[in-house]
Amino acid sequence: MELNQLTIHELQGKIKSGKTSAVQIAESVFKRIDAVEKQVHAYIRLMKEEALAAAKKADDDIKKGNIKQLTGIPIALKDIVCTKGITTTCGSHILHNFVPPYNATVVEKLSAAGAVFVGKANMDEFAMGSSTETSYFGVTRNPWDLERIPGGSSGGSAAAVAADECIASIGSDTGGSIRQPAALCGIVGLKPTYGRVSRFGLVAFASSLDQIGPFTKDVEDCAIMMNVLAGYDSRESTSVQAEVPDYRQFVGRDIKGWKIGIPKEYFIEGIDPEVSSAIKKAISVIEKSGGQCIDISLPHTQYCLAVYYIIAPAEASSNLARYDGVKYGFRTAEARDLLDMYKKTRTQGFGAEVKRRIMIGTYALSAGYYDAYYKKASQVRALIKRDFEEALKKCDIILTPTTPTPAFKIGEKTDNPLQMYLSDIFTISTNLAGIPGISVPCGFTASGLPIGMQFLAGHFEEGKLIQIASAYEKNAKIEKRRPQL
Amino acid sequence: MEFETVIGLEVHAQLLTETKIFCNCSTKFGGAPNSHACPVCLGMPGVLPVLNKKVVEFAMKMALATNCLINKSCSYARKNYFYPDLPKGYQISQYAYPLAEHGHVFLDVDGVQKKIGITRIHMEEDAGKLIHDEHNPFSYVDLNRTGVPLIEIVSEPDMRSPEEAADYLKRLHEILVYLEICDGNMEEGSFRCDANVSIRPRGQKEFGTRAELKNMNSFRNVQRALEYEVKRQQYLVENGGKVVQETRLWDDAQSVTNSMRSKEEAHDYRYFPDPDLVPVIVDDTWVEKIAKELPELPLAKRERFVKDYQIPAYDAGVLTVDKALAGYFEDVVKLCSSPKAASNWVMGDVLKFLNEEKRDIRNCPISATALAEMICLIEDGTISGKMAKDIVEEMYKTGKDPKAIIAEKGMVQITDEGALSIAIQKIMDANPNQLKDYRGGKDKLFGFFVGQVMKATQGKANPQLVNDLLKKMLAG
Ligand SMILES: [Zn+2]
Repeated sequence: MELNQLTIHELQGKIKSGKTSAVQIAESVFKRIDAVEKQVHAYIRLMKEEALAAAKKADDDIKKGNIKQLTGIPIALKDIVCTKGITTTCGSHILHNFVPPYNATVVEKLSAAGAVFVGKANMDEFAMGSSTETSYFGVTRNPWDLERIPGGSSGGSAAAVAADECIASIGSDTGGSIRQPAALCGIVGLKPTYGRVSRFGLVAFASSLDQIGPFTKDVEDCAIMMNVLAGYDSRESTSVQAEVPDYRQFVGRDIKGWKIGIPKEYFIEGIDPEVSSAIKKAISVIEKSGGQCIDISLPHTQYCLAVYYIIAPAEASSNLARYDGVKYGFRTAEARDLLDMYKKTRTQGFGAEVKRRIMIGTYALSAGYYDAYYKKASQVRALIKRDFEEALKKCDIILTPTTPTPAFKIGEKTDNPLQMYLSDIFTISTNLAGIPGISVPCGFTASGLPIGMQFLAGHFEEGKLIQIASAYEKNAKIEKRRPQL
Repeated sequence: MEFETVIGLEVHAQLLTETKIFCNCSTKFGGAPNSHACPVCLGMPGVLPVLNKKVVEFAMKMALATNCLINKSCSYARKNYFYPDLPKGYQISQYAYPLAEHGHVFLDVDGVQKKIGITRIHMEEDAGKLIHDEHNPFSYVDLNRTGVPLIEIVSEPDMRSPEEAADYLKRLHEILVYLEICDGNMEEGSFRCDANVSIRPRGQKEFGTRAELKNMNSFRNVQRALEYEVKRQQYLVENGGKVVQETRLWDDAQSVTNSMRSKEEAHDYRYFPDPDLVPVIVDDTWVEKIAKELPELPLAKRERFVKDYQIPAYDAGVLTVDKALAGYFEDVVKLCSSPKAASNWVMGDVLKFLNEEKRDIRNCPISATALAEMICLIEDGTISGKMAKDIVEEMYKTGKDPKAIIAEKGMVQITDEGALSIAIQKIMDANPNQLKDYRGGKDKLFGFFVGQVMKATQGKANPQLVNDLLKKMLAG
């Protein structure tokens, strides 16, 4: 095994025992990047120089015995988290040259924990998409099948982990943008509770839904990452002052006596039969592990997609208003006057999907339509949240497929936005309710594409998610495969 | 046809907090462009607003001072529009859930107290400023003002004349300055006013179509713009025209209002709750704490002055316009125990000198102690009122206390009966004809003799004593 193929906890063992150095780990990652990045295109920008310097510093710390949670661990950052002095493009032409003068809180936390940043990972433009195809910088390919998409919007972050181009990565999840690509790339992805991880420095898509979370190769790594990421931030008003447990303690615990809710609304026609059978198998593993599966109902599930596609674009239409060519980023070269500059800058600077959502959102907030769309959607959102609260009184965890199908082909859904939106059908409700969710690998299709399963829990119950995901990981004994590149 | 005017005002007041409403930048006026700015108020990607609690407290003070009900919970909304001085593309304001509602203030209209309703008071952030290059096709953006806290005070359409509107505006201004939450500077824009005005035939219940007036940067301009607008609307209606709903700008140089945009062109601000901020919960304890911090307000002070000092309501009104002036007056009264005299001197000479130099009472060269001392000297007869006029002017010019000036100039009043009798005798001897005429019944000549005595004593004679002595001696 090469160093870049190992997990955080495996590398920590090697670092502590002096068997390897941070520089060696970083070099191994960049060697892999040199070999496969041309095919995968997981990154918008690599930070090799910075990474090697950080690795050297990490080695100095290691020599002094100062080993922190992520000392020397190469991590990729979705290009939506602001990095001081390093371009942060959000996958968009309009921010292609934007260099933030500040770090996102998560970047500071990872940095303080000793992480080595490998680069800025590709993503759908402004996180709007489920395939990474809307990126201004070109599509990321799924390491398991280069003809297929890696999922999105955090496709670059997921592909980088799956292709061993980093050890772990950071994504953001507004309607499934961590869990869906994690499932399609065969890795672990967690969306924390809204308010659990600071959003400061996360370029906003839909502020009431956005949440940062980790991609990792296994559940224990997910717990390690959460130990670093979680916590209150005074720079964010919606950050929650809830106690942060040591998530690692939940790894390896059993789930005897737990009730697992299976929502009937999530097992619908249209689910790929291979996904269906993988989930059925997984359910039996859960039961063998001591979990008791019960049927539950989330009655407002059918409205989730509609509610999401009003609230998210409405917030986005406002959040993206600041990209006007006045202060930073792209500005059209051919403006006659102010209005013309606004129009041309935004017409040329944003891609089609972003413009589509800005228009939907603007419409939904317009005088005369607000009550019928935004207000109604907010009311239904409250009902969806209540569905989960009611359901979680009856069970500890809710289990669903992460996606209805495995990774689809590049270009397959780009002309049909509605089809594209449906690939997030199982993940969107989590964001509307603000609860945490994790996607873990649960097998492969006959053609070798990964399949993911999703666990959901109540607010601030990330520990429970790690516990059940870890128990499942241990008992399912999914064969270890690596994508052939 | 006789018309009735209907006016409602929207007042924006910049709050005097040290830092901006959602970041830690300074709110100071006049820094180098964009020197009071950070990623948060510049609206950079990924940054988030965090509310400055002081803003809520300042706004609560105004709400309490204008008898508003403070809502237990209020929240922020985004007002979306594009303009280069608005870096986020939206202004954080309050919309459906404002801080406070249902307040009022009283105006004195022809001696009657008139209640003007306040619809709501809400908090919001100010926008930046554009600086247009006169020689090049460029505009520059200064975002120092972006994020400076504002409160908007919206009145009911309760005012019935431009004078009432100006008076209401002065009352609000006075309260804000008393509370020390706004410096009230209209020229620098820390106190701004938009007006909604319409007319209707007297007796009609429904409101007429209103115009919104903007760009009036003084009390006088608010009144002038409203007077113009009322006349314009009357002329339109009387000549078969129709008032249209629109926004009009006051042009100070031309003294007219001009249409800026029609109702059809009005922005759709697409207000919606700001997802980056949480509702502000205002509990009773907080309200009580703020209520305790409120100073005595202008109206209460006015009433107290009339009652405690027995001065006319007019005097009380003038003296309480400025909290510092009222304080000055009270300091004087404390030391001289003659409130009416104190009021006369403060309102008369002191304010006259200050106004001539556009100086503030806080920088008055005559200290309250010195003025009180001078009033005492008049009371005890050391100087005459006439002498005091000269002394007070000298005090203002030099900052010296009255006794020093009196000593320097030998201005002590002559109250010595013997000395004065000798002086009077000399005058009688020098003017035998006038004396004869007076004694023959020409009473008016009394004034002549008074004048002669004053002249002879260089105005230092005690006027009352001169009167008494003259009457006695002239009678023979
Ligand atoms: Zn600032």
